[in-house]
Amino acid sequence: MDAAAGARALGRRLPSAARVFGTRRPPLVLLGLGLVIGLAAALPGLYLVVAVLDDTSGAVDAVMTSRTLGLITRSLGLAAAVTVAAIAIAVPLAWLTVRSDLPGRRAWATLATLPLVIPSYIGAYLFVSALGPRGALADLLGVRLPSIYGFTGAFLVLTLFTYPLVLIPLRSALRRMDPSLEEAARVMGRSPAEVFRTVVLPQLTPAIGAGAVLVALYTLSDFGAVSIMRFNSFTRDIYVAYQSGFGRTEAAALGMVLVIVMLVLFAVYARVRAARALHRTTPGTPRPSAPVQLGRWRWPALAFCSVIVGVALVLPVGVLGYWATKQISSGLEMGALATNAGHSLLAAACAALAAGLAAIAVALLSVRYPSYVSRIVERVGYAGYALPGIVVALALVFFTTRVALPLYQTLAVLVFALAIHYLPLAVSPISASLLQVPPRLEEAARGLGRSPMAVFRTITTPLVTSGVLGGAALVFLHALKELPATLLLAPIGFDTLATDVWRQTSFGFFEASAIPALLLLLIAAPPLYLLSAKGSVGT
Amino acid sequence: MQAVDGADLELRAGGTCSVLGPSGCGKTTTLRLIAGLERPDSGEIIVGGRVVSSADRFVPAEQRKIGMVFQDYALFPHMDVAGNVGYGLGRKPDGGRIREALELVGLAGSERRPVHELSGGQQQRVALARALAPTPDLVLLDEPFSNLDASLRDRLRQEVSQILRTAGVTALFVTHDQEEAMSIAETVAVMRDGRVEQAGTPEEVYLRPASRWMAEFLGDIEVLPADAHDGRASCELGNLPAGDVSGACDVLVRPESVAIGVSGPSSAASAEVVSRRFFGHDQLVGLRLASGQVICSRRLGFPAWHPGDHVQAWIEGPVEVLPRENGAAPA
Repeated sequence: MDAAAGARALGRRLPSAARVFGTRRPPLVLLGLGLVIGLAAALPGLYLVVAVLDDTSGAVDAVMTSRTLGLITRSLGLAAAVTVAAIAIAVPLAWLTVRSDLPGRRAWATLATLPLVIPSYIGAYLFVSALGPRGALADLLGVRLPSIYGFTGAFLVLTLFTYPLVLIPLRSALRRMDPSLEEAARVMGRSPAEVFRTVVLPQLTPAIGAGAVLVALYTLSDFGAVSIMRFNSFTRDIYVAYQSGFGRTEAAALGMVLVIVMLVLFAVYARVRAARALHRTTPGTPRPSAPVQLGRWRWPALAFCSVIVGVALVLPVGVLGYWATKQISSGLEMGALATNAGHSLLAAACAALAAGLAAIAVALLSVRYPSYVSRIVERVGYAGYALPGIVVALALVFFTTRVALPLYQTLAVLVFALAIHYLPLAVSPISASLLQVPPRLEEAARGLGRSPMAVFRTITTPLVTSGVLGGAALVFLHALKELPATLLLAPIGFDTLATDVWRQTSFGFFEASAIPALLLLLIAAPPLYLLSAKGSVGT
Repeated sequence: MQAVDGADLELRAGGTCSVLGPSGCGKTTTLRLIAGLERPDSGEIIVGGRVVSSADRFVPAEQRKIGMVFQDYALFPHMDVAGNVGYGLGRKPDGGRIREALELVGLAGSERRPVHELSGGQQQRVALARALAPTPDLVLLDEPFSNLDASLRDRLRQEVSQILRTAGVTALFVTHDQEEAMSIAETVAVMRDGRVEQAGTPEEVYLRPASRWMAEFLGDIEVLPADAHDGRASCELGNLPAGDVSGACDVLVRPESVAIGVSGPSSAASAEVVSRRFFGHDQLVGLRLASGQVICSRRLGFPAWHPGDHVQAWIEGPVEVLPRENGAAPA
């Protein structure tokens, strides 16, 4: 599931008033549950509005400064630069790995997708610790290096860890493309380069656009990379304002501006997408096309792939290994590490369970009892995902401190935040698997003499299980590496692997960050890669 | 694997030829070889007197000036009708030529329509206009009617062959539909396992099949065992001209060439009607001959024949006599 699908869900036409409650009445329990979940998912967004309205003049004062303009410019500038660079990397990589005879193109495709599963704060930590003033390279060479902090560092890290968001949809679009279109263009006398420009590229524009929006949204909502790179973007400024204690209205107001910027981007994207919707003129599976012979161009192509994979994957992993060995040789503090790992697993597992159960209700409601109400619940379910993690966390801080103080800084709130933030990741695979169990299948089983319960147990459950597990696993993996929500909402002293990496890095203790970072990657990266390779890319 | 081996084919300029064969026989590969979309291992391809492919020469697809209509039309979804039709006319396509091509296919005025709004038949015609717009020497059509429903298909077959004749272009169709192949082309080449089994006018290949496989592939056929000497073959339904064949042979006769009546010519044999299938415009009458062999006769829908009727049966029309083949030919 991704933001693009969210846009689709938001953009679908509303049903007629006659279908408000649907033709099939859902059980009241399910309906009630759906409404509660919808309300919960809407809570952060609503409370953000409440917090801003509470102190409207303060919020207006906080926002109506030249600083805000600077923030918008910097954040959008970074997002634009990262997006352009990500496209520039992804387009040649996709073409080389799908359409050319590049040696080892499958392996290159896998390697080039892998950086996606490295959380941005770990990526940033590894770059700072490799190229920073007190980093590994300076350490090895014994010289002072130019500063990596600021725009350069944030741009570099975010580009290298987000370009797979363009690469993945682009590769599948290239594979889906009907080769007879290119053949038709060639038969009509156009050179291969012209065919690429006039026929191939326009076909790929929607995929590039979809990936580009994901990259831009990721960059705007990213907290880890920009704060480690000390680049003053929205998210970092919100955090600083919040940390300063007295700037809470300011933080909420800035959060609101960020959300508005993201929504505008989303709306533009939805419109562009609708206008450029490409129709395949004919059905049927296209014949696979013959790979383009690279000839002598093979060498520069291989060099390009090597550089990208080298910088985005080999360098960070190598640096991680370097610090980890140093740390291990100087003795490990196993106790703290185990505690933090335990905290990470606990929070993530609870969030996965909660999100999984909520997602089953939402999916059942929207797939089996389609109505106006169920569609609203489904759409509101995306609200938590549309907000950056730090904004969700901030809104919940306000909510608990003002309305439910006993819950402030408890594990329950942290789990709640993680669950609603990643709810859509669980809803999509569960909906998809439910859609594969058409009611007719269950009716057939009923016709063969089984009771509704027996049908649910013997037909529905086995067919839906993989979707439910996949959805919950996706939430688990994302919750595991979540940084800003954990920083803001975790109980005092409740350190996770993610916050540990972040804290040690911000003090410049690169060795100490290595082991928790390595542990996080080892736990989360392999399954995350498998799940994203299957097409459900989460950001 | 050799998909195509020994596909010798010669086309008259301005003529239409259909390449017919069962699926997997190499007919589409042949088309792609001619278009330059695939490279042959050996052999020569000459288009309009120009060698486009030989042992030491390979003209890439974009330089062959061959028009092609793809099975799925391959219309560019991001361009309108004019964009598609003008695509082969260079970067600054001549609007007049686009209009001419669209007029030829009966779609004048549709220039600005997006292609996904067109019906299947209209898409087909845009694809044809696009292939014809650059005035190619040769147009290749790969199963052009297979994506259309039956009623539309029949109409478009006639329209398309009319358009091609008007354009005066040499055309090569690929199809697996026997009726289609015979009704739209002046030459039919039947392919089997990568080779051209037989090529000729539709009448030649249908009425004078070169082999039993050919006869069976193009339609229903009855095989009567016969014995030939001195240029005549005698079988149960009479004495027929046998050409050069002598000895044990087969008489291949289409059911519509088997005539029946209450009385018949002196050469007629008596038979008993054993079955009847009525199709409206015609009927298939099953006959048991004196030898016990059951053959079919295709007659007009009337008068009705009934099982049990005793009739006279004789051959009326062309037949082909071939030396006896060992074993039955594939259906």
